[in-house]
Amino acid sequence: MKAIRAMVLVSGDPASIAQGAHEVYQRLQKEIKAFGLQDEISVSMITDVGRHDALPMVIVYPEAVIYGPVKPEDVHFLVEEHLYKGRIATRLVAPKKELSGRIAWLAARQGTLPAEQRIVLERVGLIDPDEIEEYIVHGGYEALGKALTQMTPNEVIEEITQAGLRGRGGAGFPTGLKWRFVAREKRTPKYVICNADESEPGTFKDRLILEGDPHNVIEAMVITGYAVGANEGYVYVRGEYKLAQARLRKAIAQAREMGFLGKDIFGSGFDFDITVHAGAGAYVCGEETALIESLEGKRGEPRIRPPYPTTHGLWGMPTVVNNVETLANVPAIIRHGAEWYRGFGTENSPGTKLYTILGNVNETGLIEVPMGITLREVITIYGQGMKNGAAFKMAQTGGSSGSIVPASLQDTPMDFDSYARAGVSLGSGALLICDENTCVVDLARVLMNFFRYESCGKCTPCRVGTERAHQILTRITEGRGTLADLERLEKLSQGMRQLSNCGLGQAAAVPLQSMLQHFRAEVEAHIKLHVCPAGSCPMSSRRVTTAA
Amino acid sequence: MPETLERVPMRDPLTDPEQKRIIDEILERNKNIPGATMVVLNELQSRIGYISPAMQAYVAQKLRIPLSELYGVLSFYSFFTMTPRGRHTVKFCMGTACYVAGAPQLIEKAQQILGIRLGETTPDWSITIEECRCVGACSQAPVVMIDDDIYGRVRPNKLPQLLRKYQRQ
Repeated sequence: MKAIRAMVLVSGDPASIAQGAHEVYQRLQKEIKAFGLQDEISVSMITDVGRHDALPMVIVYPEAVIYGPVKPEDVHFLVEEHLYKGRIATRLVAPKKELSGRIAWLAARQGTLPAEQRIVLERVGLIDPDEIEEYIVHGGYEALGKALTQMTPNEVIEEITQAGLRGRGGAGFPTGLKWRFVAREKRTPKYVICNADESEPGTFKDRLILEGDPHNVIEAMVITGYAVGANEGYVYVRGEYKLAQARLRKAIAQAREMGFLGKDIFGSGFDFDITVHAGAGAYVCGEETALIESLEGKRGEPRIRPPYPTTHGLWGMPTVVNNVETLANVPAIIRHGAEWYRGFGTENSPGTKLYTILGNVNETGLIEVPMGITLREVITIYGQGMKNGAAFKMAQTGGSSGSIVPASLQDTPMDFDSYARAGVSLGSGALLICDENTCVVDLARVLMNFFRYESCGKCTPCRVGTERAHQILTRITEGRGTLADLERLEKLSQGMRQLSNCGLGQAAAVPLQSMLQHFRAEVEAHIKLHVCPAGSCPMSSRRVTTAA
Repeated sequence: MPETLERVPMRDPLTDPEQKRIIDEILERNKNIPGATMVVLNELQSRIGYISPAMQAYVAQKLRIPLSELYGVLSFYSFFTMTPRGRHTVKFCMGTACYVAGAPQLIEKAQQILGIRLGETTPDWSITIEECRCVGACSQAPVVMIDDDIYGRVRPNKLPQLLRKYQRQ
């Protein structure tokens, strides 16, 4: 790296690009050249900067001044004033604002907000994802070197097991145990798959990891391969994530060039390479066996388990399938050790968790917090409170395949075990916060519509169950439901939960059960009184008159 | 061989030498990798724009798999289409966050402006409109994806302007 005295970051999230971030970036490079500063100032495009109010944004280090919105014609003035003359161009400084905790550069600059902790997102937003050198400068590939040269595969697995890392895809399965299952298989070749088919509506944590710090995932996959004895890895990225695919491909090429991928990595005699595979728009492919089918070029229909992928995965061989976020924890654990990692989170769910906050709160976005913080904290601290001062009614966790968490559970710690005890699930980390104006029946109906559409149709409980549940829910929202419908829903959800082949059908039952368990009165109001208490359902007025 | 290959319709990509060359190149490059079906279909979809019945028969023959298997894969994934698209594809996100933020009203508006229904293409072949599942930009809801560009916080009154921009291109 060149000796640089200042670093300029340009926000490169989709919204910024739509508002001309590329032009600003090109103009910056041109102007910096024009002033002859190209050897002392670096310019990078970064992914989400965490604010959406003044895009595109330009951030200048080391002063950490935030400019925005910056138009291409402002660039000359900005470069001349700040970078050449060294004065802050006050005219262009972004409006001051209470910032939410997810902003990498803010955390690095002024310390973190209460309870905020970055392990997975440590470098996201701080480095240029297209430059492997920047990753290396920030401690990248150190863990790989340590694992390959100082540790045996068994020691790597032991470290991960000791750290208590659990799968972040939603199920919370202990990662160390999964690795051990694959490591003890004698048959080869084995495979490592990174599940980046992040299709839960409302979840975009994996996209930000891949776009902001692709090398972290690559490094983790090589370590995984070394631990379980695999020499080939696949990243299955959902088709919609074009930028993530491009960044990954570029990062893989750079890693190969530097010898972090390919033959005889770090002179250890260990070979590993990674292929990027693009999905094609099927939600069910996020299920690990469906993902494997899809990788084999087939319809993405889940297999019957057992046997599990750990023994019979890709091409029938032992396979590790890990979520992006799970993998992103691995290099940090290897680098700092299990003890350090256990210092975050709770006893049974150590580490941090990424959440995407959405819905009726003042600040939406992505946060990384230790396991075990509560919904109330998330809403008040990171969400900056409910929009318009409305009351919090419920949260939908995990995109669609989570639970509907009622307000009464907002002080339950969010970790795998506490949530399981409360009868709700954490899901993949989306938190759709709903206020009192959201109708629970309507929410369930929208979710069911999603499942109905995305069900792959292989097994009956899911294919027919989602369809029937959607019909019944639609009927209730229109004021045409009966009390017998509630019993039908109850039965349907039990059937789907117990008999569905894969997680999709089982998850589809969860919102139904949460709704009936926690919001029964509201549902009955639709049926008995033909009234939607939240006032959002399109109740047919004719029915209301007949009831009255 | 399937009938469709014997009677390739006149305007099929297979009858266009330039497009035929692209199709053959994609097949040639991928034919030996295991599980190539999806890789090939993905590339065909993005380079040719759709996968016609004649192309399906051709690809199945080249990859040495039954046409029924290829069709099974093709019809499973929502990215693959069997009819030609307009020059631009406008997708409305119907994920939970966008739905709550008013995606249905956007679709209604787009249908009014363009005079077509979801899944249809304007008569001048400029725009195809569809709904899609979450694009992973939920903090920007409601989201409209035009080709590979994402537009967030789209309001119905901004939509005519946005669509007109693409219609002219």
